[in-house]
Amino acid sequence: MEQQGTFNLPPAASTLAPMYDQLFYFIYWLSVFFFVVITVGTIVFAVKFRKKKGEAFRLTSGFCHNTPLELFWSVIPTILMFVIFVWGFRAYMQFFVIPGNAMEVRVTAQQWKWIFEYPEGAKSDILVVPDGKPIKLLMSSRDVLHSLYIPDFRVKMDVVPNRYTSLWFQSDHKGEYDLYCTEYCGQQHSVMTTRVSVRSDTEYRKWIEENSVTPTGDVLYKRYGCNTCHTLDGSPGNGPTFKNILGRQETMSDGDVISVDENYLRESILEPKAKVVQGYEPVMPTFQGTLSPDELDSIINFIKTVK
Amino acid sequence: MHSSPPDQNFLSHPKGLASWLFTLDHKRIGIMYLILICLAFGLGGFFALSIRLELMRSGEQFMDQDTYNKFFTLHGAVMVFLFIIPSIPATLGNFCLPLMLGAKDVAFPRLNLASWYVYVIGAAFTLFSVVTGAVDTGWTFYSPYSTQSSTSVISMTFGVFILGFSSIFTGLNFVVTIHKMRAPGMTWYQMPLFVWGTYATSVIQVLATPVLGITLLLLILEKTLGIGIFNPEMGGDPVLFQHFFWFYSHPAVYIMILPGMAIISELIAVHSHKKIFGYKLIAYSSVAIALLGFLVWGHHMFVSGQSEFSSMVFSFITFFIGIPTGIKIFNWMTTLYKGQICLTTPMLYALAFLILFTIGGLTGIFLGALGLDIHLHDTYFVVAHFHYVMMGGTVIAFLGGIHHWWPKIFGKMYSEFWGRIAFVFIFLGFNMTFFNQFMLGSQGMPRRYHDYSGLYKTDLFERYHGFSSYGAMVLGVGFLIIATYLIASLFNGKAASNNPWGGLTFEWATSSPPPTENFREEPIFKHGPYDYDKVLPENI
Repeated sequence: MEQQGTFNLPPAASTLAPMYDQLFYFIYWLSVFFFVVITVGTIVFAVKFRKKKGEAFRLTSGFCHNTPLELFWSVIPTILMFVIFVWGFRAYMQFFVIPGNAMEVRVTAQQWKWIFEYPEGAKSDILVVPDGKPIKLLMSSRDVLHSLYIPDFRVKMDVVPNRYTSLWFQSDHKGEYDLYCTEYCGQQHSVMTTRVSVRSDTEYRKWIEENSVTPTGDVLYKRYGCNTCHTLDGSPGNGPTFKNILGRQETMSDGDVISVDENYLRESILEPKAKVVQGYEPVMPTFQGTLSPDELDSIINFIKTVK
Repeated sequence: MHSSPPDQNFLSHPKGLASWLFTLDHKRIGIMYLILICLAFGLGGFFALSIRLELMRSGEQFMDQDTYNKFFTLHGAVMVFLFIIPSIPATLGNFCLPLMLGAKDVAFPRLNLASWYVYVIGAAFTLFSVVTGAVDTGWTFYSPYSTQSSTSVISMTFGVFILGFSSIFTGLNFVVTIHKMRAPGMTWYQMPLFVWGTYATSVIQVLATPVLGITLLLLILEKTLGIGIFNPEMGGDPVLFQHFFWFYSHPAVYIMILPGMAIISELIAVHSHKKIFGYKLIAYSSVAIALLGFLVWGHHMFVSGQSEFSSMVFSFITFFIGIPTGIKIFNWMTTLYKGQICLTTPMLYALAFLILFTIGGLTGIFLGALGLDIHLHDTYFVVAHFHYVMMGGTVIAFLGGIHHWWPKIFGKMYSEFWGRIAFVFIFLGFNMTFFNQFMLGSQGMPRRYHDYSGLYKTDLFERYHGFSSYGAMVLGVGFLIIATYLIASLFNGKAASNNPWGGLTFEWATSSPPPTENFREEPIFKHGPYDYDKVLPENI
């Protein structure tokens, strides 16, 4: 079922979204009201009490205090603020109290890629979830701060290195949604986006089965974001191209010349800063612990065959 | 008391570059600050326009990711640290504060000159970092990215560290000046509200800036020695950096806006010739905002992983800051009632402030509400909100203040016609640039994105971004017009009278421009700053 967004808000595609949206529109109309009062008041006074052309300065009214008026505009906003505070806090707690029966997906954020790991063991670079079921994302970062944001679900949480953060949502609306990184994380922050795919339970199971075998190297090349820096066709990137890489003579930043072999590739994936090719910045993050031994094998196999 | 001959003023005498560079005169130091701050604004504006042009369409336009990341960082860092924090206190504050108090100078003239030189040194370090490869961390320097980035973070943060001292010197100087140097007979509650606002600002400058200094020093140590306070690879805590950073940088928001509010109180009272409504409440609310401002830093971190309990407390106090702010707005609006309002260029800016700052304040309520902030945090909604506060608030007030005191500072009137034309450009351009960014953000567009192509929402985002970029051009034209007619007025402007707007505060009692010693005769406090119901202004 396709959800329609409004002028101000995107489609409300999670179960939490309608509550936020009600609060949003409550504050919205309140703001419109106060904005109109102040703007109209300002303009009316400015026009009505303006100095006429050629008029000399005169003594003006000494009106500078009025207790009922001042109480009115202090107390009413205070009450409204309190209402909004409580409402906002309740919405916030709904977001933080994760249902006990939620399905847990592990999220690893890494410059500039999301990796999702499912209870069944499958891994993917898009988030696929079944509809009608609470999903908990247990997240951690391998390098700098990131933040996972799905606008249509109204959920966001920072992803921090060396600690777990989590968020949950439930979507009853099958469809595809944008997922963004919203904590600035360096060069390719703006391409650290992917999508969420909400599917029926059967479609989800089928997808999990297809993705449970270790994928081939060319799939991993994209999944782990190698493609953002290393090209396959010899064109320049932030890292050396993979084209004809096996056996190539490369000059390192310290002047050594080495011939690229499987062990150099392995070392460069696990300890990228150990031997950096001259002319490139040491910006590649380590994949130690991210790649399983099988995945490491198949990705090296893939890299060395690129012609 | 020595008094200058009538044909001599602080601008004309003494002469020579050295007499400016070694001056102890608060008025000259104010002008020297004004020149540098306008240059900083121009530089920050250049980065802003480049960002807007890049974002005009989806896909890469003319800047690659690295350049874009550096430009938005430099836009933020230059605007915040080189422009807006020193803007009003160091220029108009320096110029007006002693005059308004009926004093000859600030309490520590040498410290005042030192603060200008410290600013120059700090700016030099910051600009050195710009030419040696710039910085790509965002103006917030969040760790661990900032500890890992290979760009020149150290010279930039060291520059900001030095700039902090300039800010502390100014604040300290003003606090002492206000306590000790008021004219005989002027009590605290007879000070102009500009002085109250400056006082509240100075207290924050003195108390909060050291925390930024310590934080940046720790960041520098982290980068050079690897002490492991913030970097998780060495057992540090990156969220701690955010706490330290916002402990300064949230109060810093009030360092930016309180002087703006201070100017607005003057402009509205003077140009509507009306006793200001609720003097004491406006004065107290400045102090209340300054103090509460220290207790809300955590509202920048609702989704950072800090505890839910902290978030609740920070949200609660945040809403409390809204109350004194709202009271001020209502007081200013009511001041207009039964006034004798002149719609001069400064007054147009003051009225624009009421409208734009109201939008900035109201949209803050969305962000302060815990549940909603989850959705809106780090989107363009936040960008729009703080531009309405910082630019719609502070910059608009600064422009109003510049026009208001220009005749006093330089003794020349600017072109009122071009003043109004430029105002229209600024007002329309500003709203075109930033109002649609509220929708852009609430629809989900994240901040600090170089490109937004290839998303489901790309078309939607492109409409808003494109419009915003056109607005930025209109805004840019507005600023060029202002720069042109203000500079032209120095050469061919009509001579200003001592009191062109009919103000009652002390600065309008002396000549335009004032003599070096400020007042040729000892000023005596005879009436309140806003007694438009009792006294007719003189020397118009």
